[in-house]
Amino acid sequence: MATGLTVNGEAVEARSDPDTPLLYVLRDELGLNGAKYGCGLGQCGSCTVMVDGEAVLSCLMPLLTVEGREVTTVEGLGTLEEPGPMQRAFIAENAAQCGYCIPGMMMRAQATLTANPDAKEVEIRQALEYNLCRCGTHMRILRAIRRAQDEMRNATEEA
Amino acid sequence: MNAVRDNTAFRRLVAALNRMLAHPDLALKGTIRSAVDWLSMRKSRLLGGLGLAGLLVLAGAFVWAAEPEIDVAEPVDPSSLDPDLVEEGARLAAVGNCIACHTVPGGEAFAGGLPLPTPFGTIHSTNITPDPETGIGRWSEAAFRRSLHEGVARNGSHLYPAFPYTHYTLTSDEDVAALYAYLMSRTPVEKTAPENDLVFPLGFRPLLAGWKLLYFDDGRFEPVAAESDDWNRGAYLAEGLGHCSGCHTPRNALGATIDDEHWAGGEAEGWTAYAINESNPAPVPWDTDALAFYLRHGWHPAHGVSRGPMAEVTGNLGRLPDSDIHAIAVYTDAVMGEPDAARQTAADDLLAAVENGRGSGQSADTMAAIPAAEGDRGAALYAGACASCHSAGRPQPYGGLDFRLSTAVHSDNPQNIINVTLYGLPPADGAASPIMPAFHGVLSDDDMVALMSYMRETFTDEPAWEGLEERVADTRSGAHHVSVRPADMIERAPGNLGAEEQPWRQD
Amino acid sequence: MTEHLRLTRRGFVGAAGSGLVVAFSMARADAQAGGEADVTSTEGLPGSLGDISQLDSWIRIDPEGAITVFTGKAELGQGIKTALLLVAAEELGVAPGELEIVSADTALTPDEGYTAASHSMEESGMAIRVAAANVYLLLLEAAAERLGADISELEARDGEIRGPGGTLSYGALAGSLDLAVAARPDVPLRDPSDFSVMGGEMTRIDIPPKVTGQPIFVQDLRPEGMVHARIVRPPSPGATLTAPNADDVETMPGVVTVVRDGNFLAVVAEREWQAIQAMRALEDAAEWETPATLPRQSDIHAWQRDNVSEVGTVDAAGTPEVGEARSVRMTFTRPYTLHGSIGPSCAVAVMEGEDLHVWSHTQGVYPDRAAIAEMLGMEPDRVRVSHVQGSGCYGHNGADDAAADAALVARAVPGRPVRVQWMREQEHAWEPFGPVMSMDVAGQVDEEGRITDWTYDLWSGSHVARPGGANKLLAANHLADPFPFELPDLQIVPPGLGDRNAVPLYQIPNKRILWHFVKPMPMRTSALRALGAHANIFALESFVDELALVAETDPVEFRLRHLQDQRDRDVIERAATEFGWSQDPLPRNEGRGFAFARYKNLAAYCALAMRITVEPETGRVRVHDVVAAVDSGEAVHPDGIRNQTEGGIVQSLSWTLFEEIVFDETRVTSIDWSSYPIMRFGSVPERIDVHVMDRPGDPFLGTGEAAQGPTAAALGNAIRSATGVRMKDLPLSPDRLAATLGV
Repeated sequence: MATGLTVNGEAVEARSDPDTPLLYVLRDELGLNGAKYGCGLGQCGSCTVMVDGEAVLSCLMPLLTVEGREVTTVEGLGTLEEPGPMQRAFIAENAAQCGYCIPGMMMRAQATLTANPDAKEVEIRQALEYNLCRCGTHMRILRAIRRAQDEMRNATEEA
Repeated sequence: MNAVRDNTAFRRLVAALNRMLAHPDLALKGTIRSAVDWLSMRKSRLLGGLGLAGLLVLAGAFVWAAEPEIDVAEPVDPSSLDPDLVEEGARLAAVGNCIACHTVPGGEAFAGGLPLPTPFGTIHSTNITPDPETGIGRWSEAAFRRSLHEGVARNGSHLYPAFPYTHYTLTSDEDVAALYAYLMSRTPVEKTAPENDLVFPLGFRPLLAGWKLLYFDDGRFEPVAAESDDWNRGAYLAEGLGHCSGCHTPRNALGATIDDEHWAGGEAEGWTAYAINESNPAPVPWDTDALAFYLRHGWHPAHGVSRGPMAEVTGNLGRLPDSDIHAIAVYTDAVMGEPDAARQTAADDLLAAVENGRGSGQSADTMAAIPAAEGDRGAALYAGACASCHSAGRPQPYGGLDFRLSTAVHSDNPQNIINVTLYGLPPADGAASPIMPAFHGVLSDDDMVALMSYMRETFTDEPAWEGLEERVADTRSGAHHVSVRPADMIERAPGNLGAEEQPWRQD
Repeated sequence: MTEHLRLTRRGFVGAAGSGLVVAFSMARADAQAGGEADVTSTEGLPGSLGDISQLDSWIRIDPEGAITVFTGKAELGQGIKTALLLVAAEELGVAPGELEIVSADTALTPDEGYTAASHSMEESGMAIRVAAANVYLLLLEAAAERLGADISELEARDGEIRGPGGTLSYGALAGSLDLAVAARPDVPLRDPSDFSVMGGEMTRIDIPPKVTGQPIFVQDLRPEGMVHARIVRPPSPGATLTAPNADDVETMPGVVTVVRDGNFLAVVAEREWQAIQAMRALEDAAEWETPATLPRQSDIHAWQRDNVSEVGTVDAAGTPEVGEARSVRMTFTRPYTLHGSIGPSCAVAVMEGEDLHVWSHTQGVYPDRAAIAEMLGMEPDRVRVSHVQGSGCYGHNGADDAAADAALVARAVPGRPVRVQWMREQEHAWEPFGPVMSMDVAGQVDEEGRITDWTYDLWSGSHVARPGGANKLLAANHLADPFPFELPDLQIVPPGLGDRNAVPLYQIPNKRILWHFVKPMPMRTSALRALGAHANIFALESFVDELALVAETDPVEFRLRHLQDQRDRDVIERAATEFGWSQDPLPRNEGRGFAFARYKNLAAYCALAMRITVEPETGRVRVHDVVAAVDSGEAVHPDGIRNQTEGGIVQSLSWTLFEEIVFDETRVTSIDWSSYPIMRFGSVPERIDVHVMDRPGDPFLGTGEAAQGPTAAALGNAIRSATGVRMKDLPLSPDRLAATLGV
């Protein structure tokens, strides 16, 4: 009983039970670290990943709903050696303290900017309302997202 | 259901036409109203609409549309206001839920500008702060009173009935004075609401005179001597300022509530407002205590939490004294009527069963391991996406409601369970309030249908929903518009999520 | 006392380079103080170097020239590794990127107690700085000998030493160096004017891995053969397990075993989701007795006043007598408050033969090791505790307890690494809470507007219940043969615990500060970031504003009137200037507030102003601008200081505005983010500016907790300014504010 899906551009066959939340498939079966367990209740956003470009909470997403769909985690935004625009922005702004919530924030931001490249600050704040940060890194997270937005827009213009 | 209504309306129309033949002057109003009600039932809204426009013009011709302007008044000095009167006005404004419509989420209280989508286009609420230029700072109390009692602005123009003067007209002069004092004590905000965007020809306000002739009866509340003080107080608040009918009574094609179907269920901002008369679909019948608790706290152990626009109502009613809450509950309970013995017994059994299945309450999600039946997609979806909260046994209001108690799942209309599943219960910033994630990115339309069908079958004895696929698709596409707000209280402060500009909506 | 202490402290740290030593004698924080008290040297060496003076405990150089820095402090997300690298790199004369840093591991690093109380820069930072300067001097001396040159002729750059006779790499010199020697206190430190990396900006070394999904958290560890465990906690603090009813659970898919020892109940499974499902089933099956053991929440402050075990004098001077004229009396309260880590506590442990290895996000690997060894009846040297980062802890959260859980379960499945992560509701219900507090303040000003008399009475239990022995581990309390929790005693120490920052720095001739200590602990409490300073500064600085009103004086001017210390004054003036402080009228419902404190009265200085709007209809507070000035002494990594301060401001706003643990007489009921809301993006300020004072050459001052108190007080003062109402009970929630304001 395997479920076929794409994770960070690679086709995978997940063998977990179809009602297993995606979070545990990503972490426990596929060995990815970006999506984090925070509450399991859809309240904190630590487990946010993108599915078909939209931000979702993987802790409450049964595996069977992901069949044939494209999942992106923070590992899919770039690598340590070659970080992507969102990652570069967070690094440049030192936009983390403990960093536990940050991958979820980045995925939410990535989905928001993908859907709306010109998202205004208030729209970004609204989108992030679903993601909790306890260290109080909020101002930096916002700065990093604005920086990523600039970089992504410039890249689009150049292209 | 519609067929029954349709026939009733038709019979009334025929009866009215007969009356008109006998007494042409007196019966005209009733006839037109019946005609509109009947046309409201027609599937072809376009055809009906043309007919209705004609009727409106006809009706408008009967009256001289203009009302006199009331002179501007000097702005009230807030320090001159009687604090007790202001306090009473605050409570009455809470009953009226004024702040909910007259404030843009994230904006200043009472400064207006909230777009209200209606079948006739978008109306923007107005600024009712005491700002002299853009608000009602130069409205005398008489002008304010006339607006509530007669639906006429200070300058004499007619007001759209989105402002529920059809109900507010019941409000006593004393209470209007208190409301006036309260609003005059608020912070003036300089802000002009955007222009309304209404279908032709409704932007022409004199037409409203015709509408009012048909649907508006100016007059204060008159107590019913045979009923208790509580009943009368409750009726006064619920039918007047509380304007429960605004959402809970169905409307005809001209947007007027259908009197004969008082509290038989309606719609508000894309949410079903359930029948709160004898047809109420709650699996556990309401009683006075349950209603009072719910209105006070916004949730009840056997009914769950208030959501959609009702959350703002309960958020506001929380400010009322117990006596008023109790009175509204007494009146509402009376309208609902006594449940029959069979229904009550079934409800008692259900409550006992739910209570027995409850865990310690310490877990956020004591998930009863609900096995996903092989091949049952709905069951697997429920197990992976819903059970961790909704089969957990954690009590209300923070635990997921046991769906055996859910009015939304028992209702003939699945709209609210679709809304909540797709858009969730957004967190209320800085206030304890149940949170549920939006599942629109998780569940496809097919998943939604499978899950909803599974829940309907598993948690109720009701027949399967009809037209579920279409409703799910229309809701997701935005063809059926739904407003979603964080809602434990009136969320009007920093950057809260607006009804229209939600980034999670994929319109 | 305060003034004396501050002078002493300055004398002491200033001595590092001069040879002048004015140390005050206070032993390393004992187990009870749990690292919240200051640690100082008795040997003239600064920071932790006083305890562990051997250079190779701190710095090692291999023959290839690779330099490794060791610290006993743990990276908690505060950026300490980056700051320590900057310090070491500066003194060693290498680029920070050339250094490796190893932190907090009982097998590798020095014992620096707890990473707590904003001590790391004062302790580890100073130790590494002086150790690095020692190593650098030894390198120079070795090079001088090899090159036959005088030290003054040598120049060190990029890991090499150049002289008239040639160039030698650090690696080449390493072989001839003996770093197994004690550090000398009198080595010269680099002059701030020559700094090349300290005081500059640097990408925090832990951030790139965190934003690219590297396995950097303890939650991400996956040693070969790992199994997943979940704990079934009692349904209430006083509950007793009567029947685990585990039979059906043991046969569930993937379940390896069920572990029971008294009230400790856990399940182990191959897969994480299997473990969670099994745990839920076990929760449903297990039967408990759950007596009601808690005071009623609405009575909690009265309950505290009825349960005072002893009264300690924190500070006293003159004969305080608050009369009627020009006086104010107020009572402030704070509820139980949550650390609220976003990632629930987690640990991995494996028992191999006689040896136990635990990976934990504990703040103190050595004390945790001692406690776990005691719980298991093992020799401490058979237990290794390695720090791995977790979600931010903000004090003593569930980290040590999760480590104990993992150790207990690991013993039951020897040879297999066990990963335990708490569930959300377990973190909310079982972490040690920030204590409930109440404060009576009375004060009087004279006709010149000077404070003459001041009394301050604090009711609080202990703020420190770290391990401290097995009895401070939750699981050990629950064992069949338990280590019963030992209630901590009253401790009055210079940096303060529950009484932290209860002593005003303002010059007041007659004052008395008492701690009415409440020993019984209906719910476990321990160190929450800033300890008592959050509520004490909220009360004290709110009250100072009230006295300023009596004195009809601008609150900033009023504060300055009572402060002589130039650094106190500087930080206040800087914040006021940057904010644009004035008494100009503001729009209706808008207010500005100011507050100041020096953390612990001896660490970083923080002054803070903010502008807010209160919405009376809903009681919502919109925070517009927050402007802070921080004096951390020599700023090693200014961006790190800003990051910590911004974070402290937002976190304190959340505590102050929204947070309160809710409980009935049996159990905590606020067990998720629905029922215990914290700040979300919708309420964060529009703008936060943090200005770091330039203090070249001054000793490092701990900063990580400096903003908590001033933020709370400035908010209260801003609400007072906006509404005319003094809010005294935390949290200043919308409901409470709306109810207080009326209409």
